[in-house]
Amino acid sequence: MDPVAAKYIGAGLACLGMAGAGIGLGNLFGQFLAGSLRNPSAAEGQRGTLLLGFALTEALGIFSLLIALLLLFAV
Amino acid sequence: MAVKMDPIHQFELKRIFSLGHIGQTEIVFTNASLFMIAAVAITALIMIAATSTRSVVPGRMQSLAEMTYEFIAGTVRGSAGEEGMRFFPLVFSLFIFILILNLLGMMPYGFTVTSHIIVTFAMAAVVILTVIVYGIMRHGAHFFHLFVPSGVHPIMLLILVPIEVISFVSRPISLSVRLFANMLAGHIALKIFAGFVGLLLTAGVWSVLSPLPLALAVALTALEVLVAVLQAYVFATLTAIYLNDALHPGH
Repeated sequence: MDPVAAKYIGAGLACLGMAGAGIGLGNLFGQFLAGSLRNPSAAEGQRGTLLLGFALTEALGIFSLLIALLLLFAV
Repeated sequence: MAVKMDPIHQFELKRIFSLGHIGQTEIVFTNASLFMIAAVAITALIMIAATSTRSVVPGRMQSLAEMTYEFIAGTVRGSAGEEGMRFFPLVFSLFIFILILNLLGMMPYGFTVTSHIIVTFAMAAVVILTVIVYGIMRHGAHFFHLFVPSGVHPIMLLILVPIEVISFVSRPISLSVRLFANMLAGHIALKIFAGFVGLLLTAGVWSVLSPLPLALAVALTALEVLVAVLQAYVFATLTAIYLNDALHPGH
């Protein structure tokens, strides 16, 4: 296979990893919203946990984006 | 006219002056060193200015310093308990250093030091070495109970102990790669969308679409500022959680 073509296919495949981060973020905010609508008074105290979870989940999507970008521009 | 896109170029280290040689290796003062010194200088200036006029009713600068202190102190107390406050200087320094470096990287023509994995890995290594050294100093061999979950059947331990060891060993890697990858990918994405504006402007009739990537670049900049602050907070929180293991090993 042409190495350049393989590079682009690899970059495209690496982006599939972002689907997992998407599911995770949807779950995270969906569950937070569901919980905070049931008990709005407790929601404010969990905002820090929410942001921590957001950053940790988002980082995994960023990892796959990083692999794709490195394949495109650095390899 | 084709616009050349080179989103990696912004991370290039540029030499400013040489500090001499150690063996075959040249020690060079680079733009990364310059930004790190700038971050330390900015932090020192803000903190000295904030605490020089100590008043009962704090002014703006003093409030800034006190709120940052209370924010990190709350995080440390929440994750590592009151005992964890002995590590407060470490966590606070790491938080402020990373925060200022990330925000300096968001400035136009700025250089993002935290987008170099060697910098973030050095900081993560300091955290993990502190955990190991303090844990062994304080608890001796009991520190290794960290890897042995209690109340588990001995046969299960054959599987669980390697998992715990691997999870501990991968901590400095995940801690450093998380910060590095966020900063690198964010800045590359910004440059790519900015590059789309230039590409569309030279694309004839399609140039009417060029405000779209520009708007997206503006939105991404806002997200990147959020990420810059959030990643500094995440690094500090995870540092506090890992230090908790050194203070209270064993499950």
